[in-house]
Amino acid sequence: MYYQVRHTTNYLYSDAVVLCQNQARLSPQTTRGQTRHSFSLEISPEPTVRRRWSDAFQNEVWYFSIETPHHRLQVTSRSLVERLAPDPIDPAATPAWERVRDLLARPTGVAERLAGQFRVESPFIMELPEARDYARQSFLPGRPILESALDLTRRIHADFHYSPATTAISTPTREVFLTRRGVCQDFAHLQITCLRSLGLAARYVSGYLVTLPPPGKPRLVGADASHAWLGLFVPEAGWVDLDPTNNLIPADRHVTIGWGRDYGDVCPIKGVFTGGGGQSIAVAVDVEPVDMPSLSADLADDVTIMPE
Amino acid sequence: MTTPTGREVALPPGDPLWHYRPIPGRYDEFQDSEGTVRPVWRQFWENLKSLEPAVLGQREEQARRLLRENGVTYNVYGAAKDLDRPWLLDPLPVLMPEAEWARLANALRQRLKVLNLLARDLYGPQQLLKWGILPGEAIHEHPGYLLPCHGMIPPDGIFLNWYAAQLARDATGAWRVLGDRTQGPSGAGYAVENRLVVSRTLPQDFHSLNVVRLASYFLTLKNSLSRLGGSLSGNPRIVVLTPGPRSSRYFEDVYLSRYLGYTLVEGGDLTVRGEGVFLKTLGGLLPVHVILRRLADSDCDPLELRSDSYLGVPALTQAVRAGQVIVVNPLGGGVLEAPILQVLLPRLCEYLLGEELQLRASDSWWCGLPEERAYVESHLDELLIRPAFQSRGKTLVGWQLSSQERGELLARIRARPTRFIGQRPVAGSTVPVWSEGQLQPWHLTLRTFAVYNGEDYDILPGGLCRVAPVSELLVESMAAGQRSKDLWVLSEQPVNTVTLLRPNVPALQLRRSPNDLPSRAADYLFWLGRLTERAEGAIRHLRGIVARLTTEVEPAGLPEMRLLVTALCDPGQSPLELQNPPPDWTMIREELWSFLSDFNRPGSLAETLDSARRTASVVRDRVAIDAWRILNQMELGDVRNEGATDPARLLMRLNQLLILCSAFSGLAAESMTRGPGWLFLDMGRRIERGLHTLRVIRGLLVDSSVELLPCLEAMLEIADSSMTYRYRYLSTLQLAPVLDLILVDETNPRSVIFQMIALGEHARRLEELCPSRPGEPSRLRQTYELLSELRLADIEALCDVDRRQDRESLARRLEEWSAALRGLSEDITHAFLSHTVAPRQLTELQTANRG
Repeated sequence: MYYQVRHTTNYLYSDAVVLCQNQARLSPQTTRGQTRHSFSLEISPEPTVRRRWSDAFQNEVWYFSIETPHHRLQVTSRSLVERLAPDPIDPAATPAWERVRDLLARPTGVAERLAGQFRVESPFIMELPEARDYARQSFLPGRPILESALDLTRRIHADFHYSPATTAISTPTREVFLTRRGVCQDFAHLQITCLRSLGLAARYVSGYLVTLPPPGKPRLVGADASHAWLGLFVPEAGWVDLDPTNNLIPADRHVTIGWGRDYGDVCPIKGVFTGGGGQSIAVAVDVEPVDMPSLSADLADDVTIMPE
Repeated sequence: MTTPTGREVALPPGDPLWHYRPIPGRYDEFQDSEGTVRPVWRQFWENLKSLEPAVLGQREEQARRLLRENGVTYNVYGAAKDLDRPWLLDPLPVLMPEAEWARLANALRQRLKVLNLLARDLYGPQQLLKWGILPGEAIHEHPGYLLPCHGMIPPDGIFLNWYAAQLARDATGAWRVLGDRTQGPSGAGYAVENRLVVSRTLPQDFHSLNVVRLASYFLTLKNSLSRLGGSLSGNPRIVVLTPGPRSSRYFEDVYLSRYLGYTLVEGGDLTVRGEGVFLKTLGGLLPVHVILRRLADSDCDPLELRSDSYLGVPALTQAVRAGQVIVVNPLGGGVLEAPILQVLLPRLCEYLLGEELQLRASDSWWCGLPEERAYVESHLDELLIRPAFQSRGKTLVGWQLSSQERGELLARIRARPTRFIGQRPVAGSTVPVWSEGQLQPWHLTLRTFAVYNGEDYDILPGGLCRVAPVSELLVESMAAGQRSKDLWVLSEQPVNTVTLLRPNVPALQLRRSPNDLPSRAADYLFWLGRLTERAEGAIRHLRGIVARLTTEVEPAGLPEMRLLVTALCDPGQSPLELQNPPPDWTMIREELWSFLSDFNRPGSLAETLDSARRTASVVRDRVAIDAWRILNQMELGDVRNEGATDPARLLMRLNQLLILCSAFSGLAAESMTRGPGWLFLDMGRRIERGLHTLRVIRGLLVDSSVELLPCLEAMLEIADSSMTYRYRYLSTLQLAPVLDLILVDETNPRSVIFQMIALGEHARRLEELCPSRPGEPSRLRQTYELLSELRLADIEALCDVDRRQDRESLARRLEEWSAALRGLSEDITHAFLSHTVAPRQLTELQTANRG
């Protein structure tokens, strides 16, 4: 499937912002099952500087600064992405979860050693005894890891209420546990907390969902904003994605931007600014299937800057 | 006397004060286990023995005074009232033979080689991790490992341009590492200051013993920074980035910047524009090429590192990534400080260098490995338990834990085993310390310093010793222990002398009064000018009052007394004015003492002196050392409490303070170059003096119901114009000539108009130095308007008395002029210093994954 992704973020300030310096992680990675054919980032007003680099997770990061006074900042990213459904994997054929835990604790190969960084606490993923108890109900002795993880995904989807109004930028997982409500980011953090509390490796994935459902299928939850889910480390298979907000294994309707230990590592836009007074933010996301375009030169990975 | 081994010790005959008895079983620096003085100490000991014991007490006192005058302090976080704790120095140095030093230096070089290789791998290919040489948790759980810095390897591969190691001896006398300082190691400044003081208090010893000199250490650092900066600019600008005066090491930050000759800046003085770093100065933005950081790396950039810390500069990491600025030590090196490395380093050294690690920590175990955890749990009573990742975390002493604490600790270790290490304590050596009139064996730790010279490391031939009477106090902090000591490395040969004043660098471009004064520093200098002048005004004023308390006349009977005390405050502000019926003598007295001594009262003399010293401490790098010494002596001392009962003594103290004030302004006038810094200091002074004079006139001369002559007398005293008046008018006191002299006489340096003329000239000079941006109103206009008003003032008319027995028109004009002066002060602050006044409104903005 080919998708055209458009992601617009609008900041409005009551007082002029005289200087702002930002990082955007908005460009979809080319990774297993996904190819990025083009990407453009429009920033208005025109930035003084824009630079691209790759972070420790190989996510593409755009740094930009605006050094002229402004009351409004608009960031629009456009990407053309080709997405293939991953090869189906038989959950019952995956190794027992304890074996994976022990392998990660005493790694013998490079993949497990590198997965180690997604096994420990990170700023948004702190140890939580109730998460371990909750996870234990799915991770029964000897049960295959993916089967257990899918059961946990199903239970989170059933036990927690999707409620876009309830959470701020970051709600502590402890609180999500208490109120039993949240958004995609909270559910991803929650399931990651559960998995890491068992000694497994899980990473946070930032991305998008297709906006409109294919005929006969329901619209996915969280499609009108940027989405988040998680990846679970399964030996041999590699990273298997899980979406607790929609209770499924992401296939060809998810577009991946990148991943990190938690939200903090892959925040779509973050910045520091001087001035500004009161502010408001509006975000619009649109992910549309497109016919397979003729892959010509104009679809090369390009960057355009369009001043206001 | 006998040693533990039962042998007689050779002691100087007859003087019990010299008896020195090391602790049995401990390595002593001075004597060997047989009780014999070690060879390196023999000559020094012979010299020392020839001294009267009382002389040592005097030496200690001399050292204390030198340190105090030089303003050597150590700030302790959390001490609210007085941040600066004086630095205590024992006058006896610790001696070490050069051969031993050379071995230690080589071991440090090896350690640094391993640490650099380790950092390069951690922030680069991570081979050690991939091949399982380094356990993953050691990095993955380490908050000091900065993910944003992954891939940022310094061009020369050096993560440690300078470095410090905290050392102590074990029972066999071998040196062991207590901790590594890999970010902006502090202490070298103190070591140099200790050396200056000790070499001054023991000059003969210092010169006869071939003590290896320290100066080349900072010279190497300076050359090293110039070399790094040279890759970015032919004439690189290097700054020292400090967390500010609240930091425990601020003294040293100032010391370093002054010693090295670099501008001292706080995060707010710098800004990233484009991808470069710039210094905000009065003259505009100036590019910065090298930042010698005195901040923890995580505090350096709220955009990419700790978002809640504003000590740093937003987007600094990006500027480093873009190669536009060099940060020293490079960001990310904090990871090397973790105690867990003390467990892992021997193995890493063998792997990376194929050599045995020469300088080790004491035996250590990491609880992240099940076998090692089992050992720690079963030997808790013998071990220190330290956090694996935080070098400054709390150390628990295993054998001091109650059974409940023990249980809690074991539970914590089991819950997060990777976070703890167990470590055998280091016995530490002892060394003679002059305490309570005798030489006592105190416990010693040594901080050593290394600096990269472009090819290898130079090790400071000396160090910072800390000593304490109890060994448990010896942890790895620089603040630990009770006193410091200098370390003398004794050479067999005569030593070379090096001074920073003759550095081996190409000839400098000539510059005069550069405009690189940070706006923040200009702001503080302006206020230093205001506060020191405010203190001088208050002292003159108080002296006038206190002098009247010591005359034969009962002060309560003096007509001008109430007005004098009321005039200490601005009109309407004195508690005495609100009194109805008029205040009695007790109230006046109370008000007087409150104004004199109440630290919590804004504008009181005590508070003003304190603020002046604090303000100066912020710009200590811009104030001459002598001026700083004067400011350190400007305090009320014990008369603050006892002056109320002894006015004569108070008067004496006020006179002394006034001399100090004059010394300070004299130094400012004669020693400061007439750059923007001096202009701001002097503008502050002029504005304050004008305001003070106007306030005293208002307080003493407006109310015509009070007998005029004593008021005129007092007015002339406070305005320091009595002599001029008597010279001109002899003893006939009248209002108009007094007003003429102190308001509009352009030749009287105390008159209001004199201040206005100076302000006008300063403003004009500033405009030349820092041309105002287009569209900015001229700062000169207001000064000139006020000046011409004063020139045109009709003094005779101002002396008229209205129906309410007040000189109403005088009061009105005084109020207008005061308001204009205050406005001018605000204009200056606004025009030149606007971005220092407004708080930095840095807000973080993030978007969430809302789906």
